Amino acid sequence: MAQSKHDFIERKVGWLMLFTVLTVSVGGLVEIVPLFHMKSTTTPVEGLTPYDPVRLAGRDIYIREGCYNCHSQMIRPFRAETERYGHYSVAGEFVYDHPFQWGSKRTGPDLHRVGGRYSDQWHRIHLLNPRDVVPESNMPAFPWLDRPAKSDDIEAKMEALRKVGVPYSDEEIKGARKQLEGKTELEVLIAYLQGLGTALSAGKQVAAAPAAVAAAPAAEAAAEAAPAPAAPAPEKQ
Amino acid sequence: MADFVSGFWNAYVMVLVFLSIGFVVFVLVSNTTKRPTGPVTLQDHVWDETLQEYNNPLPRWWMYMFWLTIVFSIGYLVLFPGFGDNQGKLGWSAAGQWEAEQKAAAEKYGPIFAKYRGMDLNAVAADKEANAMGQRLFLTYCAQCHGADAKGAKGFPNLTDNDWLYGGEPETIQTTILGGRQGMMPPFGPALGADGVKDVANYVRSLSGLAHDSLRAQRGKEIFAQNCVACHGPEGKGTPAIGAPNLTDKTWLYGSAEATIIETVTKGRTNRMPNFKEFLGEDKVHLLAAYVVSLSKNTAAPAEEKK
Repeated sequence: MAQSKHDFIERKVGWLMLFTVLTVSVGGLVEIVPLFHMKSTTTPVEGLTPYDPVRLAGRDIYIREGCYNCHSQMIRPFRAETERYGHYSVAGEFVYDHPFQWGSKRTGPDLHRVGGRYSDQWHRIHLLNPRDVVPESNMPAFPWLDRPAKSDDIEAKMEALRKVGVPYSDEEIKGARKQLEGKTELEVLIAYLQGLGTALSAGKQVAAAPAAVAAAPAAEAAAEAAPAPAAPAPEKQ
Repeated sequence: MADFVSGFWNAYVMVLVFLSIGFVVFVLVSNTTKRPTGPVTLQDHVWDETLQEYNNPLPRWWMYMFWLTIVFSIGYLVLFPGFGDNQGKLGWSAAGQWEAEQKAAAEKYGPIFAKYRGMDLNAVAADKEANAMGQRLFLTYCAQCHGADAKGAKGFPNLTDNDWLYGGEPETIQTTILGGRQGMMPPFGPALGADGVKDVANYVRSLSGLAHDSLRAQRGKEIFAQNCVACHGPEGKGTPAIGAPNLTDKTWLYGSAEATIIETVTKGRTNRMPNFKEFLGEDKVHLLAAYVVSLSKNTAAPAEEKK
């Protein structure tokens, strides 16, 4: 009995394919599809803005040069990682990344929070020849980056991104080419790197400012009511 | 964390998980309840003319392992998040685990940081254990620009030579690490012209006794007086308050060659020390500042041994 069922699946190629596809797709249906319908993966974190044309062009150079082969952009929630790189990555920071650059291998360090950690000058030297600043580095040099960045396809790229949900306005797309005028590939790539991972702390400051303003009168009122109002707990790094 | 936009997705996950486990149980049961008895037969397919397979039932220990995986998966879904938006009995989350790690670390290292935080920077700089900690921090966060030996590179200051752009008091060093610094020399190429720049470069070389063209240096002195003294001072000794370097000493951030000085004057220089207050926090910066202090102190006179 079991023998004949086995025989049937094994000999009818069409059925074999169908059952295989059904079996393999369960994992994706349960683990991937629902992710597109979660608030934490589809809502941008406070402070996140779509890539401006300069950073977008830089991002494409990051992809073209294959930076993702050696650098991840995903800080995992382990102390060993957050001590070195900063706050762990959250899904809402990648909402405008199509495709995201999480990477899967670290020959070099993670770059998700590299924004602001080094000066532009350092990046310039380091990209042209990493050994000039980090003698023990095994990163390849990218000496050809000091040339004009391609700008004639930036509108098309932004249009395409708009189709998948990045909220670019018509004015932004129209003015895009102008922003890239006179920029070198090195400059746009550095602009991209300097913006990486900065949304989370920028958003925190934005969120903290109005909260502090709103808290002030409340605190005064509390001070009148009670002699010692409890101080708000300082936010943990 | 499962925060679905609608309850549908919650139910969707639950139903699919339930059906999958149910299906696996069904396959397992339907293949184990009826074990064939009697002599083992051959499967009726034949490969490569003569190659055939026996139709042996799966060994029982193998079947039990299948059952174990099913039990494990159910246990996992009860204890950990995974079954829809069910948080699991253990209440585990990745962020929660990280917070626990942070808390444990704060308990373990907090007192050490607090001890040094309460000490004067000079005292911390003389402490061996603090220096060892400071060095680890330095290698992780600072070596990329200042070098593993803290001797810097072109454009990135040497921290071991007792020469400071913004002043070498321990508190100033701490301020630098906490708030960062923005170093900016404007370009003078357009204003001075190539010849003017060369003159002033020769004058700058003359300030520290380097070989120079004295005629050009003479002309350069006037140009210097008109354009450069605001930052570098009338004698070229610099202004630590704004990080304008002393031009009369032997320390050069970008190099003392005539061509390098011409490049500096023509195009200007911009570089930035990032701020580390938000990222590292004051405890670590305190140790780092003390370590940097110790670097130039120890080259001058070995710090006294403690303990």
